[in-house]
Amino acid sequence: MSDTPVDADEVRHVAELARVDLDEDEVEEFAAQFADILGYFDALDEVPEVDREDELVNVMRPDEVRDGLSQEEALSNAAETEDGFFKGPRVS
Amino acid sequence: MSLNAFITKETLDGSDDGPLAGKTVAVKDNISTEGLRTTCGSAMLEDYVPPYDATVVELLKGAGATIVGKANMDEFGMGTTTETSAFGPTKNPVDESRVPGGSSGGSAAAVAAGEADLALGTDTGGSIRCPAAFCGVVGIKPTYGLVSRYGLVAYANSLEQIGPIAPTVEDAAALLDVIAGPDDRDGTTRDAGADSNYAAAADGDVDGLTIGVPTEFVEGADEGVEAAFWAALDELEAQGAEYREVSMPSVEKAVAAYYVIAMSEASSNLARFDGVRYGKSGGYDGNWNEAFARAREDGFGSEVKRRILLGTYALSAGYHDKYYAKAQDARAWVKQDFDEAFEDVDVVASPTMPVPPFELGESLDDPLQMYLADANTVPVNLANLPAISVPAGETDGLPVGLQLIGPKFGEETIVRAASAVEN
Repeated sequence: MSDTPVDADEVRHVAELARVDLDEDEVEEFAAQFADILGYFDALDEVPEVDREDELVNVMRPDEVRDGLSQEEALSNAAETEDGFFKGPRVS
Repeated sequence: MSLNAFITKETLDGSDDGPLAGKTVAVKDNISTEGLRTTCGSAMLEDYVPPYDATVVELLKGAGATIVGKANMDEFGMGTTTETSAFGPTKNPVDESRVPGGSSGGSAAAVAAGEADLALGTDTGGSIRCPAAFCGVVGIKPTYGLVSRYGLVAYANSLEQIGPIAPTVEDAAALLDVIAGPDDRDGTTRDAGADSNYAAAADGDVDGLTIGVPTEFVEGADEGVEAAFWAALDELEAQGAEYREVSMPSVEKAVAAYYVIAMSEASSNLARFDGVRYGKSGGYDGNWNEAFARAREDGFGSEVKRRILLGTYALSAGYHDKYYAKAQDARAWVKQDFDEAFEDVDVVASPTMPVPPFELGESLDDPLQMYLADANTVPVNLANLPAISVPAGETDGLPVGLQLIGPKFGEETIVRAASAVEN
């Protein structure tokens, strides 16, 4: 079992952070499954510190104007638009 | 009965000639096709029609291929069976009571059943190699950076690559030749692969090849799978290769590291699906956070919600160091173990999947058990390496795949070794 037990309240809190509503059955199911999965992730505690030798380099390109999507194309998959803008739900 | 290999069946013609002229190709449904619905196997994107082509789709068309449809997949690539698709599971053409593997299950099933000559899949933690193994076809996960991801709907950017699925090693390598190479629209691509001829490496010559077999990859495998695996290695030995056992202790932590990293990246990548610019909005009103949360409840299936939530948890204050930072340490450790192994051997071999194809419905209730089935494929993604799955016999009439892993940009080596398995 995990040393970070997960209960229903914690699942609800994370779901709120992630902006995903859950029904009560899902909350219960996820709490049980997360305990198992996070318990398994505890194996990472035994991983030694390793020198990371990433050879990372920045990839640059000239900042040149090129064709992009037209406004019509960019809006073509939106559920609601108004005057050429995306329309979302009200802020409050 | 239909296998349900395609979510959308529609034909897109390519140019008149080219290396793939006359070939039909199935394209996994998380790869953007201009004007052709691209759902990612999700209800969220049921009506999404991309306004542009992925780079690999432009390359396919330019090479003369005919695209015959968008292949079924686990929702957003999250699964090992193709059962998490919102469009229903795909059946394994070898045995229709079994899953085809996943997440590129539709791609592999289409090729195995002859519904397409070739297919593109994507591989984040084994999603090309697993279905190739389960359906008895060939699949290649390229080195990270060999193939452009421009136009691929992202699940876990640091791990995933687009790659080929085909009936033979040479056909898979020829498709890889078409899609490999640098792309200025994907800054992680490299110059490798620009003028490749991987197909020419499928010459079956393994004389003098050394193969490392990590004991950690074989222990615990199904008996029939293990028997087929050793029989394939004996066959390669008879052709002049030699194999030896190697030890890679880090891979014991690979599944945990992989899932922490993949879920964390997923939680960030999938934040874009709020139903405003694209995707199902549900038309909810009120506080916009609540409206988005309800749209996302409707649009996402259980496995996707599970991974978004676990990823959010692993990145949250107080848990980041315990999960995400340790997973990055484990990733570096896995890379180091592979680097050391490749000082002594040319390729590393394992069974692609430790088990034969699951029965449909068998693995849906226990997500952790499903994750553990990826034990042999995820280390490759963590280490950014190339790997191929090639059919290597059967157990109880079900296909077994042999996985051959190469050093970075060592595609020719794994293609050559895999082609000898077909001899």
